[in-house]
Amino acid sequence: MTNNEMKAVRAHSARGNLGEIFRLSTLCAGSFMNAACKLAKHSMLTLAASSLLLAAVAPTLRAQTIGVSIPAATHGWAGGLNFHAEQTKARLEAANPGLKVVLVTANSASEQANDLEDLVAIHRMDALVILPFESAPLTGPVRNTKRRGVFVTVVDRGLSEPGIHDVYVAGNNAEMGRVSGEYIKERLDGNGKIVVLRGMPTVIDEQRFDGFMSALEGSNVEVLDDQYANWNRDDGFTVMQDFLSRFSEIDAVWAQDDDIAIGVIQAVRQARRQEELFIVGGGGMKDIVKRVMDGDELTPVDVLYPPSMISTAMELTALKLISDTPIEGEYILGSPLITRENAEDYYFPDSPF
Amino acid sequence: MTKIDFKTAGPFIALIALFILGIFVNDAFLSAGNVSNILARSSFIGIVAIGATFVITTGGIDLSVGSMAAFISGCMILLMNALMATIDSLVTIIFLAIVASAAIGGLAGMINGLLTTKAKIEAFIVTLGTMGIYRSLVTYMADGGTLSLNFTLGDVYSEVYYGTLLGLPYPVWVFLVVAVIGYVLLNMTVFGRHCFAVGSNESVAHYSAINVDRIKTATYILQGLCVSIATIIYVPRLGSASGQTGILWELEAIAAVIIGGTMLKGGYGRIGGTVVGALILTLIGNILNLTDAVSNYLNGAVQGVIVIVAVYLQRGAWRAKN
Repeated sequence: MTNNEMKAVRAHSARGNLGEIFRLSTLCAGSFMNAACKLAKHSMLTLAASSLLLAAVAPTLRAQTIGVSIPAATHGWAGGLNFHAEQTKARLEAANPGLKVVLVTANSASEQANDLEDLVAIHRMDALVILPFESAPLTGPVRNTKRRGVFVTVVDRGLSEPGIHDVYVAGNNAEMGRVSGEYIKERLDGNGKIVVLRGMPTVIDEQRFDGFMSALEGSNVEVLDDQYANWNRDDGFTVMQDFLSRFSEIDAVWAQDDDIAIGVIQAVRQARRQEELFIVGGGGMKDIVKRVMDGDELTPVDVLYPPSMISTAMELTALKLISDTPIEGEYILGSPLITRENAEDYYFPDSPF
Repeated sequence: MTKIDFKTAGPFIALIALFILGIFVNDAFLSAGNVSNILARSSFIGIVAIGATFVITTGGIDLSVGSMAAFISGCMILLMNALMATIDSLVTIIFLAIVASAAIGGLAGMINGLLTTKAKIEAFIVTLGTMGIYRSLVTYMADGGTLSLNFTLGDVYSEVYYGTLLGLPYPVWVFLVVAVIGYVLLNMTVFGRHCFAVGSNESVAHYSAINVDRIKTATYILQGLCVSIATIIYVPRLGSASGQTGILWELEAIAAVIIGGTMLKGGYGRIGGTVVGALILTLIGNILNLTDAVSNYLNGAVQGVIVIVAVYLQRGAWRAKN
């Protein structure tokens, strides 16, 4: 907002011309709050006037914009994320005519930082929902966005600096591991030999693995070995093939991720060892949930790590914009065990994940 | 022969050394199941690398093979699922998909070739571009998720990967046949000699009345066909394709070619070496999975060291001679 525009706002608010103010505020859409803040430096009185007007006008007349920035759909889980984001966008816009949702996807952290600039400068967003590509490189850009008066909701991957987000929505990786470990321990009566296929050496993987191992503590369940399978099917297949050649007795497999689990299933079938073991995946991919629903002995359960958490975040943020409901805080979603009985609730046949 | 020719024998020595290491690491290494797994696994990279041997010998490079494999897999799956509605015979559907795969592979190779020769763009840039294009196309086709082959069809088609002939899985036979054809083509035909000539010195080849553009384009088409063959045996394995399919295949294929003794700058190529190179790469992964002596975090480092040592074995002697 230029100085001239600001002067105009001040002049008009002094006159109390509501129509003019409305026209101007739509013109300046997202930066209105921002402008109000800057004005405060010039005159406390005008601030009081303009925020009063804002309160009166904004909820009903002015279009509010939510910017949603997420990683592009380069793997299964992110595909699900994109699917749910689009569904929620359509639902929110249909239900709230005054609400606009701008959805952008990025292939890298730096691309996502550029997206943020565009969301502020071009779309003038009032609120941001972001699943950071990486925590550290995006902490600065999100902090800058926040300083411009944008309401910030961070999803899944926390920023490296506390206190930036207004709302934080995330899954619980440690619990995901723990729930998987507890199921395996119980099912094996605390006695057995298992193998673990991990994702990639990242914090997410570490938290899941530690949670899993802590659940096994004190039991006689022995982890024969763990190897990285890079969260993909092909590596899940080869790593499992090698585990099967190496260990003549395996009672259970923790695949940590449903894509890995698909590869594991094929390897086990090839070795014709379906009878001796069962597989616990993770995530909630529709193919695996379908198997659980159909009562497949090889994959009796799955553990949820929902890509639909983006919907939770978007709905919450929209609630903030369209009402006075206080929503600030941290929301940690559970990782429930998906069993044959409740699988239907977690089955999204139209989702790509 | 009084002195061992390290240039030829280097990769074989590395392979044998790895094999012995494998035996020490785990008894399961020599089990029939494990050996056949290794051979079947190396067939994807191996077949792609045979195509890459021609491209690299001629002085080119193709970075698009991994994405191309993903793209062709995606096309095959979509085509087969669509044909399920109109054609009853599953075998016919699979046959049509194989034909389509070869056509797409050949065409994709030709595009790379023509852009390199006619449009005079460096192969590195052309194939870097097509690499991105095919990768996004498959992600787009799969809506960011995974394309899965119809289950009944997958059951029939899976025989192509899991079936065996004389105790060896079909992919191993395909690999063998492609390797023999590649060997004959590179070492016993005029085309092969022209590949060497163009790779050694393009201008001299041109003045020697060799149609350089045609030879170069032909190598990219061969590469495309090899990718298509690899895809035909890859799809029945898991019956799916996604944006993750074939990631880094291009680098593995290039590594297999170089470990095998082909010169990255062109002018000299060896199919036998490439086959050994592909086996070495697969063996390293297999051995690391069979032991917990090495921390998971160091897998990449072990791979790096072995690749460098394998190449040093031949290049060290090569340098001494000159």
